[in-house]
Amino acid sequence: MTADFALSLAQAVTKGLLTGMVYGLMALGLSVIFGVMRVVNFAHGEIMVVGMYLAWMAFEYLQITPMLSLPAIAALFFVLGYALQRTVISPFIGRPEHQQFLLLLAIAILLVNGCLAIAGPDSRSIQMESQFESYQLGALVFDAVRLHAALAAVAIAGLLWLFFTRTRIGKSIRAAADNNMGALVVGLDVRRLYAFTFGVGAACVGAAGALMITIIPVSPFLAAEYTLLAFVIVIVGGLGSMTGALMGGLLIGVSEAVAGLLIQPSLKSMVSFGLLILVLLLRPQGLFGKSST
Amino acid sequence: MSLVRRLTDGVPPRALWALGFLLAGLLVAPAVLGKYGLSILILILYFAYVGQAWNIMMGFAGQLSLGHALYAGLGGYVAAGLFFHYGIGPWAGVFAAVAAAAAAGAIVGYLGFRFSLAGVYFALLTIAFSEFTRLAFDHWPWAGGSGGLFLKVDATVDVWNLRGGPLLFYYLILALAVGAFILCRALLESRLGRYWLAIREDAEAAQAVGVPVLRSKMIAVVISAALTALAGVWNAFYYNNLFPETAFAMGRSIEITLAPIIGGLGTLFGPVVGAVVLTGLGEVFTDASEYFQIPGMKQIFYGLALLVIVMYRPAGVWPWLAERLGFGERRP
Repeated sequence: MTADFALSLAQAVTKGLLTGMVYGLMALGLSVIFGVMRVVNFAHGEIMVVGMYLAWMAFEYLQITPMLSLPAIAALFFVLGYALQRTVISPFIGRPEHQQFLLLLAIAILLVNGCLAIAGPDSRSIQMESQFESYQLGALVFDAVRLHAALAAVAIAGLLWLFFTRTRIGKSIRAAADNNMGALVVGLDVRRLYAFTFGVGAACVGAAGALMITIIPVSPFLAAEYTLLAFVIVIVGGLGSMTGALMGGLLIGVSEAVAGLLIQPSLKSMVSFGLLILVLLLRPQGLFGKSST
Repeated sequence: MSLVRRLTDGVPPRALWALGFLLAGLLVAPAVLGKYGLSILILILYFAYVGQAWNIMMGFAGQLSLGHALYAGLGGYVAAGLFFHYGIGPWAGVFAAVAAAAAAGAIVGYLGFRFSLAGVYFALLTIAFSEFTRLAFDHWPWAGGSGGLFLKVDATVDVWNLRGGPLLFYYLILALAVGAFILCRALLESRLGRYWLAIREDAEAAQAVGVPVLRSKMIAVVISAALTALAGVWNAFYYNNLFPETAFAMGRSIEITLAPIIGGLGTLFGPVVGAVVLTGLGEVFTDASEYFQIPGMKQIFYGLALLVIVMYRPAGVWPWLAERLGFGERRP
């Protein structure tokens, strides 16, 4: 192995790890929603794409950078997620999977075509000064925007962890996830907790969208791909596990970057889907999930 | 009991009459309809047919597949590839196409069932295989890669090579749809059909009373994949082109599932009614959205319609409609 190759490999791994942290934040939203409500959010990528468009609009029309619009987007998504759960999704909890699938598919179609109707089919990106900056550590180069996005993703994941372990409502949500009947018996308002959870999940993926727009241009057609990507990540990491989602994000981020370098960029998702098949068959609880038996 | 009597046993006479009139109407429809009307009817029959095929797996045996594009795509590519490269006609190629799809179904099914994946996990496995195949075909020169595979368009009607106009393909897809309808009725009335329903309702209980669960589920996947492959072959020769990006797309898999879910899962008429509703709505929305001139408008109408249907008729349109029409189909 030549030194050049080793360096480009290390560079790819670094890039993959940084992108992977944003992937992890996106997948975290999906994992939280499934882990608590057992609702499979087939509109996940679509929700993120809406977040990407909002951050793009804030930058394009109001000159607000994504890092600054992120809290507002997350807050807005929390409210919208809460409302969506209360009005539309709530009756579908506990229903057969194909009905949930159809419901979220309809929501996904509405979201992605809403974006298409408003912003058009062209792909949109933002141009910031910081996109040309980079940090250097020895021979390794870190893109500034990618590093900032990754750090922000980790910080948000940390906040989420604090929410679920330190606050009363976060603990109640975990209680409802562990034992729905028990939570009802001790008098928790499970319906409100579910709405709260969907809000938190939507806020997560909205925040991930605001970070993602700084490293990848957005177009409506990306949405379905991201929904699949989020599923691959949470299954590989372990559906319903927070660390699993984050580690899964890192793993998929790195495997995409390395496959892009070693094989072909257009074949990068083949490695991810291959990994998904192996994990589904050999370790369906995910690499970092606990076995249910 | 003769086969015909067994199939019609328990069906109200007025329902049989209605079916007969429907079939007669479909047979003479091309004489009445224009080019546009015929193309709509072809779409309806196509979705009714693939919906019926998918319904065997999900509606009867309860196994959610969101990767049926894999079987349609494989079927289309095998038959079209054999024709394109070696001049082997589709009537021979169809056997290879069906065999390939059935084998793929057997592999996906065996892995999924053997490792006891259910519900969403099984659905994700089917998606993963379909996406994996899409990317493989994207890079496979024999299949034309991402540039696609094109069949020569020929104006002369040549039934042996499936070359011809919409009329040929209309009667083909009509035959397939009618055949699949009868086959599904026969399957539902058979011992195997009862096994499937038992598995769908409660797999563990079925296992406990001696239903061969793994074998029955395997048969469901293989039949469903084989029938879907026929639709793929038909599709390839009707449209004369194949791209991995569309043939194996997730969207293709999803559109296969819509008619039976909207129409009524596990019912014989569900896929048919669902196909009429969805194709009809699609056409109405195409016209309506032309008025607005906004990209995505048609899909927004479509999404709203799906939302309304799933919220107010979660069990599908047909069971509700059947009651209204007084066809008390003896639902299993």
